[in-house]
Amino acid sequence: MYVSLRDRPGSDAGSGAGRVARRVSSTVFLLGTVSLLTDVSSEMVASVLPLYLTASVGLSLFAYGFLDGMYQGVSAVVRIAGGFAGDRGGQPKWVAVLGYGASALSRLAMLPAAGFAAITAVVTADRLGKGLRTAPRDALIVEASDPALLGRSFGVHRALDTVGAALGPLVAFALLASVPGSYDSVFVVSFAFAIVGVAVLVLFVPNLRTAGSAAKIGLRMALSEISGRRLRRPLVAAGLLGLLTVGDGFLYLTLQERDNLTAVYFPLLYVGTNIAYLALAVPLGRLSDRIGRARVLVAGHVALLGCYLLAALPAGGVALTAGVLLLLGVFYASTDGVLPALIGRLVRPEARGSGIAAAQTVVALSRFASSLLFGLLWTFQGPGRSLLLFAVVLTVAVPAAGWLLRDSDR
Amino acid sequence: MTRRFRALVFAAILVLAAFGAGGYVWNTRQSQAQSRAEAPAVAQGGDLASLRSQPHLVFRSTALGDGYGKVAVVPLSAPTGPRAFTPASCERVYATAGDAICLYADRGLVTTYHSRLLDSSWASVHELPLTGLPSRARLSRDGSLVATTTFVYGDSYADPGQFSTRTVVTRAGGELVGDIEKFRLIVDGRVVTAADKNLWGVTFADDDRFYATAASGGKTWLVDGSLKARTVTALHGDVECPSLSPDRTRVAYKKHGDLPPGQWRLAVYDLRTGQETMLAEPGSVDDQAEWLDDATVVYGLSRTAGNGAATSDVWRVPADGSGSPQLLVPDAWSPAVVR
Repeated sequence: MYVSLRDRPGSDAGSGAGRVARRVSSTVFLLGTVSLLTDVSSEMVASVLPLYLTASVGLSLFAYGFLDGMYQGVSAVVRIAGGFAGDRGGQPKWVAVLGYGASALSRLAMLPAAGFAAITAVVTADRLGKGLRTAPRDALIVEASDPALLGRSFGVHRALDTVGAALGPLVAFALLASVPGSYDSVFVVSFAFAIVGVAVLVLFVPNLRTAGSAAKIGLRMALSEISGRRLRRPLVAAGLLGLLTVGDGFLYLTLQERDNLTAVYFPLLYVGTNIAYLALAVPLGRLSDRIGRARVLVAGHVALLGCYLLAALPAGGVALTAGVLLLLGVFYASTDGVLPALIGRLVRPEARGSGIAAAQTVVALSRFASSLLFGLLWTFQGPGRSLLLFAVVLTVAVPAAGWLLRDSDR
Repeated sequence: MTRRFRALVFAAILVLAAFGAGGYVWNTRQSQAQSRAEAPAVAQGGDLASLRSQPHLVFRSTALGDGYGKVAVVPLSAPTGPRAFTPASCERVYATAGDAICLYADRGLVTTYHSRLLDSSWASVHELPLTGLPSRARLSRDGSLVATTTFVYGDSYADPGQFSTRTVVTRAGGELVGDIEKFRLIVDGRVVTAADKNLWGVTFADDDRFYATAASGGKTWLVDGSLKARTVTALHGDVECPSLSPDRTRVAYKKHGDLPPGQWRLAVYDLRTGQETMLAEPGSVDDQAEWLDDATVVYGLSRTAGNGAATSDVWRVPADGSGSPQLLVPDAWSPAVVR
């Protein structure tokens, strides 16, 4: 693995002189390692939580569904706060530490937590932490990266993150196999992973201050930067595309409705998508550096379009299912890391966290609206026709988004 | 801080985390082994074949030790006495005099769940795949129909309060009768088409009629269904996991009422008069109840054992709301009464 010791790129951006020596910054690898460890930790808990609640606490899965809703909602709200706090103090690292720390401590709090209210509180604390840390961490990645390698940097970070997400459930189930029924062991080991992650962050990730930290950004400035000329079009494009992004849960349900094999291996659908995402995150990030981030972002939605069309086919089968998962992986690899890479360069450095948070929140909210809409359509006309309808609208929206983003790749 | 100092601090944290977590797990493992060794071995005994010829209770044994998770049998004449273990291991079991349906987990990298129809000697007749976490299983009285309910993940996207269930009825021969979630649901004379429609917890009345739970929009109903007409009709609100009495006049179920999420109380609904009676069990019950006889309801209650392990017991309570609950079989779950 090549890890460069250069932590301060940026100044020689685009000069072309450093072409040979260009590497992904060690800070990005460190942040990726932090995410990997934290994701091992959080996916360990997430994967055993339904079992724990039903088998040990005695809650029904319906109550768990409610909990899961809390989980998702809280994160979006604090995201902007985290982004802004990182910008305001000029020290995104410490906001990220707070976020990672809250999630780590929530693992320990699972030990005494009993009953629905306590567990809801603990889970909410974990999600608060996640919401808080995402934007300042992405701002750090931008800060640490050579602008010409931003797509690749985010690709590396997201790939490491996905490795952690894949390992977490394996560690948890290995533990439960070794000490049956001891969920406390899962929480303790999860805490150990999280605390090592926080240690990497605190001890090794440089406290990169945003370039213009002398001029502290106020709330009004952050808002005007978000709604300003540079970000307006990309945010509208992200919102438009988000509105037409059917949640992967719905896609998996569509797949499992049309053939029984898929239904039996339902949990494997997530794994399939993750493998495709993992394999493609770096290559597509590099591609976005070469041909433009906006282009890759838009092209990712063409993959999503293909995904809808394949999933809407009345026929099932292994090949078609694999095709859907691969395309879904392409979609995530060309959007999840590419979006902050795109926004991070457009926004002024002192409002970077706020800008990235705004984009991610726009995407999260528009996707949530899309889920509600798609759920409604599904009710009236079933998954196949609803997917086709989304595909038709997406066919129009993709060129529109391309037009909105036409100047974003300078 | 110098680079060297930070590396030292990190090494210290790494070692602490590794030894702390490792030590905790090792300690748990040791104490589990110790409590297994010290656990009073659950009394075993009785001849399976002769037990089958008298009224008996079939259940999943949750007593710690080798028999954990195995299906066991006790005579109704001595339910707390020695239990006879069958070779079958199930998460959820239901039995008639001749057959049993067993929902079991195949644990591995990806845990898959299956259902298995067992004959009177507890040997597998055939297997059916299951989609998701096993929840409920029922056979019709003559054992010719099988109903299984599982939880499939994912529907929570649009409506975070709900998970998706899948409830399938098959013939004992393996032939699919239908996914009853696809049946027409009629509430107050109107057909409900909402996507969040879920049906679960089937109890059979005869070869065609059955009762079950239907849910949509955060409400639940007791539904009266017909396999031939492929229709279910709501009878009564706030009913989950119904269980039909042997004389087919009443249904025992769990009622949510205005309790906090994830809690229920046991109740009985009289199909003739429409009257609802709350039973004397004061705790929350999350089980599909079973009838010991026309006057008594039995059900599983989860419990945390002294060493922290999750276990459960089967209890009985009068079906008319009188009396108080009594322990029927300790360390047991998923009871099926076979007369």
